[in-house]
Amino acid sequence: MRKWSFIVGGLLVAVLLAGVVSNFASPHPDGLDSSLLEGCTLDTRGEITGGSCPAQQEQEHEIGGPLTDYGIAGLDNEFLSTGLAGVLGVLLTFAVAGGAFWLVRRREAGYAPKAGGPRDADQPGTSATSQG
Amino acid sequence: METLAMHISNGIINGPVAAAFGVIALAALTVCVRRGRLDLDDRLAPMAGLVAAFIFAVQMLNFPIFTAGVSGHLLGGALAAMLVGPWVGALCIAVVLVVQALVFGDGGVAMLGLSITNMAVIAVAVAYLLIALLLRVLPRTTTGLAVTAFVAASVSVVVAAMGFVVQYWLGGTADLGGNLAGLAGTMAASHLFIGIGEGLITATTVVTVAKVRPDLVYALRKPAASATIATVGGVR
Repeated sequence: MRKWSFIVGGLLVAVLLAGVVSNFASPHPDGLDSSLLEGCTLDTRGEITGGSCPAQQEQEHEIGGPLTDYGIAGLDNEFLSTGLAGVLGVLLTFAVAGGAFWLVRRREAGYAPKAGGPRDADQPGTSATSQG
Repeated sequence: METLAMHISNGIINGPVAAAFGVIALAALTVCVRRGRLDLDDRLAPMAGLVAAFIFAVQMLNFPIFTAGVSGHLLGGALAAMLVGPWVGALCIAVVLVVQALVFGDGGVAMLGLSITNMAVIAVAVAYLLIALLLRVLPRTTTGLAVTAFVAASVSVVVAAMGFVVQYWLGGTADLGGNLAGLAGTMAASHLFIGIGEGLITATTVVTVAKVRPDLVYALRKPAASATIATVGGVR
Protein backbone atom coordinates (compact mmCIF):
# COMPACT_ATOMS: atom_id res chain seq x y z
CA MET A 1 0.00 0.00 0.00
CA ARG A 2 1.98 2.93 -1.33
CA LYS A 3 -0.54 5.43 -0.05
CA TRP A 4 -0.29 4.34 3.53
CA SER A 5 3.49 4.11 3.58
CA PHE A 6 3.65 7.81 2.67
CA ILE A 7 1.09 8.71 5.34
CA VAL A 8 2.90 6.69 8.00
CA GLY A 9 6.26 8.15 6.98
CA GLY A 10 4.86 11.68 7.05
CA LEU A 11 3.33 11.11 10.47
CA LEU A 12 6.67 9.87 11.78
CA VAL A 13 8.33 13.08 10.58
CA ALA A 14 5.59 15.15 12.26
CA VAL A 15 5.97 13.17 15.50
CA LEU A 16 9.73 13.75 15.46
CA LEU A 17 9.29 17.48 14.82
CA ALA A 18 6.69 17.95 17.55
CA GLY A 19 8.24 15.43 19.95
CA VAL A 20 11.92 16.30 19.73
CA VAL A 21 12.72 19.31 17.54
CA SER A 22 10.06 21.37 19.34
CA ASN A 23 12.37 21.54 22.35
CA PHE A 24 14.82 23.58 20.32
CA ALA A 25 12.22 26.11 19.20
CA SER A 26 12.79 29.77 19.96
CA PRO A 27 11.28 30.70 23.35
CA HIS A 28 10.63 34.28 22.27
CA PRO A 29 7.10 35.57 21.65
CA ASP A 30 5.99 35.30 18.03
CA GLY A 31 5.24 38.17 15.66
CA LEU A 32 1.67 38.60 16.91
CA ASP A 33 2.53 38.37 20.60
CA SER A 34 5.50 40.70 20.38
CA SER A 35 3.46 43.29 18.47
CA LEU A 36 0.86 43.21 21.25
CA LEU A 37 3.62 43.61 23.84
CA GLU A 38 4.94 46.78 22.15
CA GLY A 39 4.98 49.52 24.77
CA CYS A 40 5.41 47.25 27.77
CA THR A 41 8.58 46.34 29.60
CA LEU A 42 9.24 42.69 30.31
CA ASP A 43 11.36 40.81 32.80
CA THR A 44 13.64 37.96 31.76
CA ARG A 45 10.80 35.45 32.05
CA GLY A 46 8.64 37.44 29.66
CA GLU A 47 6.25 38.75 32.30
CA ILE A 48 4.95 42.31 31.87
CA THR A 49 6.56 44.62 34.44
CA GLY A 50 5.35 48.01 33.31
CA GLY A 51 4.32 50.34 30.54
CA SER A 52 1.16 50.07 28.49
CA CYS A 53 0.42 47.63 25.69
CA PRO A 54 -2.51 45.71 24.15
CA ALA A 55 -1.40 42.42 25.74
CA GLN A 56 -2.41 43.79 29.17
CA GLN A 57 -6.06 43.38 28.18
CA GLU A 58 -5.55 39.63 27.93
CA GLN A 59 -8.05 37.49 29.83
CA GLU A 60 -8.11 33.93 31.07
CA HIS A 61 -8.57 31.09 28.62
CA GLU A 62 -12.00 29.45 28.84
CA ILE A 63 -10.73 25.91 29.16
CA GLY A 64 -7.04 25.72 30.02
CA GLY A 65 -6.61 22.04 30.66
CA PRO A 66 -3.70 19.69 31.36
CA LEU A 67 -1.97 20.37 28.03
CA THR A 68 -2.04 24.18 28.24
CA ASP A 69 1.00 25.90 26.68
CA TYR A 70 2.06 22.67 24.98
CA GLY A 71 3.18 20.86 28.09
CA ILE A 72 1.89 18.11 30.35
CA ALA A 73 0.69 19.60 33.64
CA GLY A 74 2.66 18.23 36.56
CA LEU A 75 5.50 16.79 34.48
CA ASP A 76 8.65 18.55 35.65
CA ASN A 77 10.97 17.36 32.90
CA GLU A 78 10.45 20.12 30.36
CA PHE A 79 11.90 18.13 27.46
CA LEU A 80 9.50 15.24 28.08
CA SER A 81 6.61 17.56 28.84
CA THR A 82 6.88 19.53 25.59
CA GLY A 83 7.71 16.45 23.55
CA LEU A 84 4.84 14.33 24.82
CA ALA A 85 2.36 17.19 24.44
CA GLY A 86 3.60 17.67 20.88
CA VAL A 87 3.24 13.99 20.00
CA LEU A 88 -0.25 13.90 21.51
CA GLY A 89 -1.17 16.98 19.50
CA VAL A 90 0.06 15.48 16.23
CA LEU A 91 -1.83 12.23 16.78
CA LEU A 92 -4.98 14.03 17.94
CA THR A 93 -4.90 16.43 14.98
CA PHE A 94 -4.40 13.54 12.56
CA ALA A 95 -7.25 11.59 14.16
CA VAL A 96 -9.67 14.54 14.15
CA ALA A 97 -8.81 15.89 10.69
CA GLY A 98 -8.24 12.53 9.03
CA GLY A 99 -11.37 11.09 10.61
CA ALA A 100 -13.57 14.01 9.62
CA PHE A 101 -12.22 14.10 6.06
CA TRP A 102 -12.65 10.34 5.75
CA LEU A 103 -16.26 10.60 6.88
CA VAL A 104 -17.24 13.36 4.44
CA ARG A 105 -15.18 12.09 1.50
CA ARG A 106 -16.65 11.31 -1.86
CA ARG A 107 -17.39 7.58 -2.07
CA GLU A 108 -16.35 5.99 -5.31
CA ALA A 109 -17.20 2.58 -6.67
CA GLY A 110 -13.71 2.19 -8.06
CA TYR A 111 -10.42 4.04 -7.95
CA ALA A 112 -10.35 6.17 -11.09
CA PRO A 113 -7.92 9.04 -10.55
CA LYS A 114 -8.04 10.63 -14.00
CA ALA A 115 -11.51 9.73 -15.21
CA GLY A 116 -13.10 13.14 -15.53
CA GLY A 117 -13.26 16.03 -13.10
CA PRO A 118 -14.29 15.73 -9.50
CA ARG A 119 -17.68 17.20 -10.19
CA ASP A 120 -18.45 14.64 -12.89
CA ALA A 121 -17.24 11.82 -10.73
CA ASP A 122 -19.32 12.81 -7.75
CA GLN A 123 -21.81 10.14 -6.81
CA PRO A 124 -24.85 12.00 -5.55
CA GLY A 125 -26.55 8.79 -4.50
CA THR A 126 -23.91 7.95 -1.95
CA SER A 127 -22.42 11.24 -0.83
CA ALA A 128 -24.92 14.06 -1.04
CA THR A 129 -27.11 12.98 1.84
CA SER A 130 -25.78 15.46 4.38
CA GLN A 131 -25.59 18.44 2.08
CA GLY A 132 -29.18 19.46 2.69
CA MET B 1 7.55 29.96 32.76
CA GLU B 2 7.55 31.49 29.32
CA THR B 3 4.28 31.44 27.51
CA LEU B 4 4.04 29.37 24.35
CA ALA B 5 0.75 30.79 23.19
CA MET B 6 0.84 31.92 19.59
CA HIS B 7 -2.72 32.79 18.69
CA ILE B 8 -5.10 35.60 19.68
CA SER B 9 -5.84 35.43 23.41
CA ASN B 10 -9.16 36.24 25.01
CA GLY B 11 -9.70 39.90 25.77
CA ILE B 12 -7.54 41.21 22.90
CA ILE B 13 -10.50 41.82 20.58
CA ASN B 14 -13.92 42.73 21.97
CA GLY B 15 -16.77 40.22 22.09
CA PRO B 16 -19.05 41.57 19.35
CA VAL B 17 -16.26 41.79 16.77
CA ALA B 18 -14.97 38.34 17.74
CA ALA B 19 -18.49 36.95 17.39
CA ALA B 20 -18.98 38.63 14.02
CA PHE B 21 -15.81 37.01 12.74
CA GLY B 22 -17.02 33.75 14.21
CA VAL B 23 -20.04 33.99 11.90
CA ILE B 24 -17.81 34.91 8.94
CA ALA B 25 -15.49 31.99 9.65
CA LEU B 26 -18.37 29.57 10.02
CA ALA B 27 -19.88 30.68 6.71
CA ALA B 28 -16.52 30.37 4.94
CA LEU B 29 -15.87 26.93 6.40
CA THR B 30 -19.33 25.77 5.34
CA VAL B 31 -18.48 26.70 1.76
CA CYS B 32 -15.15 24.89 2.17
CA VAL B 33 -16.88 21.71 3.35
CA ARG B 34 -19.25 21.77 0.37
CA ARG B 35 -16.52 22.43 -2.18
CA GLY B 36 -13.93 20.36 -0.38
CA ARG B 37 -16.08 17.24 -0.48
CA LEU B 38 -15.75 17.25 -4.26
CA ASP B 39 -11.98 17.01 -3.86
CA LEU B 40 -11.94 14.57 -0.97
CA ASP B 41 -11.57 11.02 -2.21
CA ASP B 42 -9.96 7.93 -0.72
CA ARG B 43 -6.56 9.31 -1.59
CA LEU B 44 -6.93 12.92 -0.47
CA ALA B 45 -8.70 12.29 2.87
CA PRO B 46 -5.74 10.63 4.67
CA MET B 47 -3.32 13.07 2.99
CA ALA B 48 -5.36 15.99 4.34
CA GLY B 49 -5.24 14.45 7.82
CA LEU B 50 -1.47 14.23 7.51
CA VAL B 51 -1.21 17.83 6.29
CA ALA B 52 -3.15 19.03 9.36
CA ALA B 53 -1.00 16.95 11.72
CA PHE B 54 2.19 18.15 10.02
CA ILE B 55 1.13 21.79 10.28
CA PHE B 56 0.33 21.32 13.97
CA ALA B 57 3.86 19.96 14.46
CA VAL B 58 5.65 22.69 12.50
CA GLN B 59 3.64 25.46 14.18
CA MET B 60 5.37 24.41 17.42
CA LEU B 61 8.76 25.15 15.88
CA ASN B 62 9.26 28.86 16.54
CA PHE B 63 12.26 30.14 14.67
CA PRO B 64 14.16 33.33 15.56
CA ILE B 65 13.80 36.31 13.25
CA PHE B 66 15.94 39.36 12.73
CA THR B 67 14.95 41.40 15.77
CA ALA B 68 16.16 40.23 19.12
CA GLY B 69 13.48 38.62 21.20
CA VAL B 70 10.97 37.95 18.44
CA SER B 71 10.22 34.58 16.88
CA GLY B 72 7.96 33.32 14.16
CA HIS B 73 6.35 30.07 13.20
CA LEU B 74 4.63 28.50 10.25
CA LEU B 75 0.97 29.40 9.67
CA GLY B 76 0.62 26.74 7.00
CA GLY B 77 -1.97 28.23 4.67
CA ALA B 78 0.13 28.06 1.52
CA LEU B 79 1.45 24.61 2.39
CA ALA B 80 -2.07 23.26 2.82
CA ALA B 81 -3.31 24.99 -0.36
CA MET B 82 -0.48 23.48 -2.43
CA LEU B 83 -0.80 19.97 -1.07
CA VAL B 84 -4.56 19.48 -0.70
CA GLY B 85 -6.15 22.44 -2.47
CA PRO B 86 -7.81 25.60 -1.13
CA TRP B 87 -11.08 24.15 0.20
CA VAL B 88 -9.69 21.19 2.08
CA GLY B 89 -6.59 23.22 2.92
CA ALA B 90 -8.62 25.84 4.76
CA LEU B 91 -10.37 23.07 6.68
CA CYS B 92 -6.98 21.60 7.67
CA ILE B 93 -5.85 24.91 9.17
CA ALA B 94 -9.20 25.32 10.93
CA VAL B 95 -8.88 21.88 12.55
CA VAL B 96 -5.37 22.75 13.77
CA LEU B 97 -6.61 26.02 15.28
CA VAL B 98 -9.58 24.33 16.95
CA VAL B 99 -7.39 21.61 18.47
CA GLN B 100 -4.93 24.24 19.70
CA ALA B 101 -7.68 26.34 21.29
CA LEU B 102 -9.69 23.48 22.83
CA VAL B 103 -6.90 21.18 23.99
CA PHE B 104 -3.73 23.27 24.29
CA GLY B 105 -5.20 26.49 25.66
CA ASP B 106 -3.63 28.37 22.74
CA GLY B 107 -5.84 31.14 21.43
CA GLY B 108 -9.12 31.98 23.15
CA VAL B 109 -12.06 29.82 22.14
CA ALA B 110 -14.09 33.02 21.74
CA MET B 111 -11.35 34.33 19.43
CA LEU B 112 -11.37 31.30 17.12
CA GLY B 113 -13.38 33.06 14.42
CA LEU B 114 -10.74 35.78 14.18
CA SER B 115 -7.87 33.32 13.90
CA ILE B 116 -9.71 31.07 11.45
CA THR B 117 -10.56 34.07 9.28
CA ASN B 118 -6.92 35.21 9.20
CA MET B 119 -5.06 31.94 8.87
CA ALA B 120 -7.53 29.47 7.36
CA VAL B 121 -9.57 31.75 5.11
CA ILE B 122 -7.47 34.80 4.17
CA ALA B 123 -4.04 33.12 4.11
CA VAL B 124 -5.26 30.10 2.16
CA ALA B 125 -7.24 32.22 -0.32
CA VAL B 126 -4.33 34.58 -0.98
CA ALA B 127 -1.92 31.67 -1.25
CA TYR B 128 -4.11 29.75 -3.66
CA LEU B 129 -4.70 32.72 -5.94
CA LEU B 130 -0.93 33.21 -6.16
CA ILE B 131 -0.35 29.48 -6.70
CA ALA B 132 -2.87 29.39 -9.55
CA LEU B 133 -1.28 32.45 -11.13
CA LEU B 134 2.37 31.51 -10.68
CA LEU B 135 2.05 27.91 -11.83
CA ARG B 136 0.66 29.30 -15.08
CA VAL B 137 3.52 31.66 -15.79
CA LEU B 138 6.53 29.89 -14.24
CA PRO B 139 8.33 26.98 -15.90
CA ARG B 140 7.15 23.54 -14.85
CA THR B 141 10.31 22.67 -13.01
CA THR B 142 11.32 22.05 -9.45
CA THR B 143 12.52 25.65 -9.29
CA GLY B 144 9.18 26.91 -10.61
CA LEU B 145 7.36 24.91 -7.97
CA ALA B 146 9.69 26.11 -5.21
CA VAL B 147 9.34 29.75 -6.22
CA THR B 148 5.56 29.38 -6.36
CA ALA B 149 5.47 27.89 -2.86
CA PHE B 150 7.86 30.49 -1.47
CA VAL B 151 6.04 33.52 -2.87
CA ALA B 152 2.55 32.21 -2.03
CA ALA B 153 3.64 31.42 1.53
CA SER B 154 5.44 34.72 2.17
CA VAL B 155 2.71 36.97 0.82
CA SER B 156 -0.09 35.01 2.51
CA VAL B 157 1.53 35.46 5.92
CA VAL B 158 1.81 39.23 5.55
CA VAL B 159 -1.79 39.55 4.34
CA ALA B 160 -3.02 37.34 7.21
CA ALA B 161 -1.14 39.60 9.64
CA MET B 162 -2.91 42.60 8.13
CA GLY B 163 -6.18 40.73 8.68
CA PHE B 164 -5.44 40.89 12.39
CA VAL B 165 -4.68 44.62 12.16
CA VAL B 166 -8.11 45.20 10.57
CA GLN B 167 -9.72 43.16 13.33
CA TYR B 168 -7.85 45.18 15.92
CA TRP B 169 -8.97 48.39 14.26
CA LEU B 170 -12.58 47.15 14.49
CA GLY B 171 -12.51 45.76 18.00
CA GLY B 172 -9.16 46.09 19.72
CA THR B 173 -9.57 46.45 23.48
CA ALA B 174 -6.55 48.62 24.26
CA ASP B 175 -6.53 52.32 23.55
CA LEU B 176 -3.68 52.75 21.08
CA GLY B 177 -4.09 56.49 21.19
CA GLY B 178 -4.89 56.56 17.51
CA ASN B 179 -1.64 54.77 16.78
CA LEU B 180 -3.01 51.83 14.80
CA ALA B 181 -0.29 52.48 12.25
CA GLY B 182 2.27 51.55 14.89
CA LEU B 183 0.65 48.15 15.38
CA ALA B 184 0.33 47.71 11.63
CA GLY B 185 4.00 48.56 11.27
CA THR B 186 5.28 46.07 13.82
CA MET B 187 2.93 43.37 12.52
CA ALA B 188 4.06 43.98 8.93
CA ALA B 189 7.76 44.13 9.77
CA SER B 190 7.81 40.97 11.86
CA HIS B 191 5.62 39.05 9.44
CA LEU B 192 7.75 40.04 6.46
CA PHE B 193 10.53 38.07 8.10
CA ILE B 194 8.24 35.32 9.33
CA GLY B 195 7.06 35.12 5.72
CA ILE B 196 10.59 34.30 4.60
CA GLY B 197 10.72 31.42 7.07
CA GLU B 198 7.23 30.34 6.03
CA GLY B 199 8.33 30.47 2.39
CA LEU B 200 11.44 28.36 2.98
CA ILE B 201 9.55 25.72 5.00
CA THR B 202 6.69 25.60 2.49
CA ALA B 203 8.98 25.35 -0.56
CA THR B 204 11.13 22.64 1.04
CA THR B 205 8.13 20.58 2.08
CA VAL B 206 6.27 20.90 -1.22
CA VAL B 207 9.34 20.08 -3.31
CA THR B 208 10.06 17.06 -1.12
CA VAL B 209 6.52 15.72 -1.50
CA ALA B 210 6.63 16.45 -5.24
CA LYS B 211 9.80 14.37 -5.58
CA VAL B 212 8.46 11.42 -3.60
CA ARG B 213 4.78 11.43 -4.58
CA PRO B 214 3.94 14.08 -7.22
CA ASP B 215 0.44 12.64 -7.43
CA LEU B 216 -0.17 13.85 -3.86
CA VAL B 217 0.48 17.51 -4.69
CA TYR B 218 -2.93 19.02 -5.46
CA ALA B 219 -1.43 22.01 -7.27
CA LEU B 220 0.30 19.68 -9.75
CA ARG B 221 -2.82 17.78 -10.72
CA LYS B 222 -4.29 17.78 -14.18
CA PRO B 223 -6.75 20.61 -14.98
CA ALA B 224 -9.66 18.24 -14.64
CA ALA B 225 -8.91 17.93 -10.97
CA SER B 226 -8.24 21.60 -10.29
CA ALA B 227 -10.16 23.83 -12.61
CA THR B 228 -8.26 27.02 -11.80
CA ILE B 229 -4.87 25.74 -12.84
CA ALA B 230 -3.70 25.36 -16.41
CA THR B 231 -1.94 22.18 -17.42
CA VAL B 232 0.97 21.62 -15.11
CA GLY B 233 3.15 18.57 -15.37
CA GLY B 234 4.50 16.64 -12.44
CA VAL B 235 7.92 17.48 -11.10
CA ARG B 236 10.40 14.63 -11.10
